[in-house]
Amino acid sequence: MPNGMTEGTPNGATEIRARFRLNGAEAEAAVAPQTPLIDMLRGEFGLTGTKRSCDAQVCGACAVLLDGQPVSSCTLPAFEARGKSVLTIEGLAADERWSPLTEAFVNNAAFQCGFCTPGMLLAAKALLEADPDPSEEAIKDALRGNVCRCTGYKKIVEAVREAAEAMR
Amino acid sequence: MKPFRLHEPATPQEAAALLAQESGAAALYAGGTELLLAMKAGLLAYDALINVKSVAGLDAIAADDDADGGAVVIGAGATRGAVVIGAGATHSAVERDPLVRERLPLLAEVTHSVANARVRNVGTLAGNLCFAEPHSDPAALLLVYEAEIDAQGPSTLRRIPMRALQTNSYETSLAPDELVVAVRVPPLPAGMSGAYSKFGRHHRPTLGVAAAAAVADGRVADIRLAVGCVSPVARRLSRSEDVLRGERVDEIGADAPALREACRLAAEDAEAVADLHGEADYKEHLTRVFLERTLLRALARNGSGGDA
Repeated sequence: MPNGMTEGTPNGATEIRARFRLNGAEAEAAVAPQTPLIDMLRGEFGLTGTKRSCDAQVCGACAVLLDGQPVSSCTLPAFEARGKSVLTIEGLAADERWSPLTEAFVNNAAFQCGFCTPGMLLAAKALLEADPDPSEEAIKDALRGNVCRCTGYKKIVEAVREAAEAMR
Repeated sequence: MKPFRLHEPATPQEAAALLAQESGAAALYAGGTELLLAMKAGLLAYDALINVKSVAGLDAIAADDDADGGAVVIGAGATRGAVVIGAGATHSAVERDPLVRERLPLLAEVTHSVANARVRNVGTLAGNLCFAEPHSDPAALLLVYEAEIDAQGPSTLRRIPMRALQTNSYETSLAPDELVVAVRVPPLPAGMSGAYSKFGRHHRPTLGVAAAAAVADGRVADIRLAVGCVSPVARRLSRSEDVLRGERVDEIGADAPALREACRLAAEDAEAVADLHGEADYKEHLTRVFLERTLLRALARNGSGGDA
């Protein structure tokens, strides 16, 4: 029986009990198979830092980290969180080790409207975990799936580079 | 999205039996990066999804170095067999896998260029092939690798050549109760180098061209060419291959008659169709231009070792 699955029936489950780690703490919710992760995070847990925008895995506004890797919560079913660790922007904001990253975004004016920022920060965190000294090319590559309509990206790339330096 | 039930089978046979039991009302679900978008848009609706990731071990990536499995002999009795990529393996797992990077470096390189990191972390190679979205990279590349697909039915397992898997836009030759359990990708033969190009101004590629060639005594000894995205199904370009096989490599420049003829035939054989990415003649033009560029890149990589 897969991790955290409710008792199955021959016709398949219509409700799934998801136990997972959410921003470092144990969490549990009952979700329908078609519920996307973003709806569980915003609706069940009130974590509204995760933004829905394109709703098609293109823009990155809804990005959260699943076991440390960015995923699009607009489309990924909530049941995929079972047995895994989910990090949202609220969890990142509460983690002081990562304040150089958020501060670098502020210091570099790496946002205007801020709608893309939660996804940008989480994508940047995943990058810096894997590569603490990323080249400009590596930063652009890691963030190429995150769309920003305000900054033109230059300041975002600079902020990530500055954060990498500050955190080394 | 219309509500659906979720099946979580423990074995491929069980998944196939569920497909048969649901008789068309259920779809296989792996990464869901294509399927769920279509379901959210109301283009597809299923009563149930069958989660292939609940099958233990289906995300494995392993070597088949058994000589009977089509392994390539690389001298001194050593073999370099196919890399067997389980149906649950994500694009990210493929691009990071040491075996893939060693034996299929071009697949690792192209996989990294698929969509974005979030899609690659969730979407699977097998799912990509089964969804048969024409505007996608892996199919043309896997034609050049001469990959094979292992498909499991309720009682039988069969092997399908990549060229026979996709039959039309969003259509495959899989039976209604069959699921792909693995994609078998043999390394390019020793001495063959490959390259892949993509072009597009949209989120999905408008064109993808894969080329691989081996050079011996200054001539093209072996060659494989394929084009994807411009037509409903990616195609091998056999007539272009025939024109170039045996040609002197130092004479294959931008204006060489053989290269021009190969590109002309490729534009014909691509059977390009008009869609939101452009008219057919535009895609034929792209095919000519990118076949030339990609082939020259593959030839330039020759002798540099490895397939990328």
